[in-house]
Amino acid sequence: MTTHTEHQAQQGREPLDVNTPGLSQFDIVREGARRDDIEIVHYEPQVIPGTKAERRLTRVVASFFLLTGLAATAFLVIYIWWPWQYAPGRGGDKWYTPLLGVTLGVALLAVGFGILTWGKKLLPKEVSIQDRHEGAVAEDDRTITGHTMLYMAEEMGVKRRPLLGISLLAGLAPVGAVAAAPLVGGLISDPHKNNQMFTTGFAPAEGGEKIRLVREDGRPVRPADISTGGQITVFPGIDHGISNKHADSPTLLIHLRDSDADESRQANERVGHGDYMWGNYAAYSKVCTHAGCPASLYEQQTNRLLCPCHQSQFLITDNARPIFGPASRRLPQLPIEVDSEGYFVAKSDYTETVGPDFWERP
Amino acid sequence: MKRRKFDMAAAPGNAARGLDDRFQVATPLRRLLNKVFPDHWSFLLGEIALFSFVILLLTGVYLTFFFEPAMTEVVYNGSYAPLRGTPMSAAYASSLDLSFDVRGGLIMRQMHHWSALLFMAAIVVHMLRVFFTGAFRKPRETNWIIGSLLFWVGFLAGFTGYSLPDDGLSGTGLRIASAIMLSIPVIGSWVTSSVFGGEFPGDIIISRFFIAHVLLIPGLLIALISVHLGLVFKQKHTQWPGPGRTNGNVVGERMFPRYALKQGGFFMVVFGVVALMGGLFQINPIWLFGPYEAWVVSAASQPDWYVMFLDGSTRLMPAWEIPIPIGDGYVIPPLFWPTVVLPGILVGLSTLYPFLEARHLKDYRSHNLLQRPRDVPARTAVGAMAVSFFVVLTLSGANDVIADKFQISLNAMTWAGRIGLLLVPPLAYYVTYRICLGLQQHDREVLAHGVETGIIRRLPDGRFVEVHQPLSAANGHADGHGALEYVGWVVPKKMNRLGALGPAIRGFFYPIEKPAEAPVSPGHPPVEPRPEREEISSGESRR
Repeated sequence: MTTHTEHQAQQGREPLDVNTPGLSQFDIVREGARRDDIEIVHYEPQVIPGTKAERRLTRVVASFFLLTGLAATAFLVIYIWWPWQYAPGRGGDKWYTPLLGVTLGVALLAVGFGILTWGKKLLPKEVSIQDRHEGAVAEDDRTITGHTMLYMAEEMGVKRRPLLGISLLAGLAPVGAVAAAPLVGGLISDPHKNNQMFTTGFAPAEGGEKIRLVREDGRPVRPADISTGGQITVFPGIDHGISNKHADSPTLLIHLRDSDADESRQANERVGHGDYMWGNYAAYSKVCTHAGCPASLYEQQTNRLLCPCHQSQFLITDNARPIFGPASRRLPQLPIEVDSEGYFVAKSDYTETVGPDFWERP
Repeated sequence: MKRRKFDMAAAPGNAARGLDDRFQVATPLRRLLNKVFPDHWSFLLGEIALFSFVILLLTGVYLTFFFEPAMTEVVYNGSYAPLRGTPMSAAYASSLDLSFDVRGGLIMRQMHHWSALLFMAAIVVHMLRVFFTGAFRKPRETNWIIGSLLFWVGFLAGFTGYSLPDDGLSGTGLRIASAIMLSIPVIGSWVTSSVFGGEFPGDIIISRFFIAHVLLIPGLLIALISVHLGLVFKQKHTQWPGPGRTNGNVVGERMFPRYALKQGGFFMVVFGVVALMGGLFQINPIWLFGPYEAWVVSAASQPDWYVMFLDGSTRLMPAWEIPIPIGDGYVIPPLFWPTVVLPGILVGLSTLYPFLEARHLKDYRSHNLLQRPRDVPARTAVGAMAVSFFVVLTLSGANDVIADKFQISLNAMTWAGRIGLLLVPPLAYYVTYRICLGLQQHDREVLAHGVETGIIRRLPDGRFVEVHQPLSAANGHADGHGALEYVGWVVPKKMNRLGALGPAIRGFFYPIEKPAEAPVSPGHPPVEPRPEREEISSGESRR
């Protein structure tokens, strides 16, 4: 057992000549540590060579490594030969990823535990003390470095020749701007191009032709398609009207019950939207005015529309006014009617801004 | 001339000499090999973050070989039958292919996602360790700032990453992100339009997020992590107080071989755990969400856990819209406060905290010794306040799920969150402060009176008292109280911590070494430090 507890004074120590014959390897290691201001104060093997304990630990580490090999081989076998392609109903492929995970995990864990056991149990324990050298910052060095830098600045002579500094700044500032210009200029995109923030797919076509309300599959909607109390999502019947190109256009078309429809109509009249409904049908934007999620959970009994993202609730029979949650603005209403062929059309585009709020919205 | 025989034994030495002739590495290498690291389990938390980052890089590079960051519309024709024939973006289609048509792609995707979650979790836990032990104090303020920046950059990495598959869930997240940018006063609509290249969703955001996620953000992370580690190396690690440990030294192990070996083993263990999770636990099953369609969302749409506190703050925010009646009129939407202002305040507060504390305590010295949380009740209580604030927000981020599972009104959950956010943190402050004081007092009590032995003694007048084992011999004090100073480290509070139990016998089925001599029966330890009885001391002496 080699326990070294003598702690020499660091200062004034004569460096040991490492070429002295008869020095053990540990003596040289300790001398190296001392030259880095490290004193190894305790160094104790955890296992005595040749003992049962050592052989046992060696066996443990070795079995960990062998287990790694085994698991890694299993991983390869599974990776290559297990049926992995998705096939509904067969089910074997369901086990592919879990089996890969288990074999890979076991392989890595075993090699990890093997190394840990090796390091923690078989290597000698030690306690070393290293000096931090914090208080020992040489005041001289600070002075020298400081003066070197000041000297450099003076040699440059910016103080004596201010024109140099000014002209350099004046010259470099535009260069900085030149570097930023393509990036900023290329990225900037006018949000008000084509009035895009205030229009949706329901804006009448150029000839003033009204836009039909269509379903997800593109078929136009008749009043009879929605049962009383029911609702469907409708889109503008234009090119790409159902795609994400018109992400602000999805609209909820609701068939209200008689009493609710009356209430709703009265509410509409209060805000000057008297003719927005058609019969018992009302259409409201599905895009939440809070953060833009689809406000899509409609509760028939209470006529409330809930946005599942942040739980804003809108009362449909009161102009879709927000009655709970973080939304502060009612859902815009789409004025609708039925055309000569009996299909729903939008009388005009939304008259209020659709989607989440922004600075210049009003 | 006789050919010189190749000396096998001298080869490594010669090679080393040759290397040193050219690069002069011997001295710096010796310094590196010899560097001393203090050891404590809590110092490993940051390493979990580092190791998860390495796994993220490895798995992430693999994923880029198969992922196509484009929003062009394609019709899916892969193996996953339920979605066949559905129009979707190329990004989503290639993510589906990664999950179903690339052999072993799914486990890589899931390992990537799990290690991202682990990365953020390890960062948070590591930050808590650094905060509660005062490791952020001078001279380590810079590293604290870099660490808190790493959280936010990691947050961005996570968000840009889980937006890439362009599935139904992540598209909703992107929609909310666009609304958040839109809510910034004055420049909001310009920012959104510039980032998305037009009106949401546009057709370029996935490619922009892709380059940010695979180049810009990882580059920034690598730079920050390198500086972080470099500073730990340069400034040397903090250590707990203890025998021989001072503000001016580091007591521990030299880096090689034992310390480095343990680190390597630990990396493998972290890697193994991530592999197990990636294989066994499903994460982000994008094929169930479908492609992103602006009108589709389902209840219980939750982001990854480290984003949930922002989701919670958004849900709790009252609908306070601030109209500004100038010209046509302007408006500051309620979304602005919980999603832009709150993170801004959090970044500022966490960055400035080391300086605020130093200023408050007028303590501008360098500290290399850690503090136990109980010894700094005010800081610990502030930390508890921050944690409870975060927890209330995170729970509120899932309040619809909680309301659903526990049959609570959703509106009641929102109100509970609003009130809880104001009440719980101060309460946490008070409770934590009192607990810290109580723990301090108990430490002092044990130092003064000794450890409870569980032995009840009856006094001649009939009273019962519990016998205490003093921690030090009564040196000169008539009342038997030792004068042990509290040194900022664990005070033994149980008899077995003092060695009252015999050493364990090693071996699994049968002892592998001769059992040590049976200890003095722990059942009948000497009750009084009387000279004729053996005094209980450390267990070492009884071997």
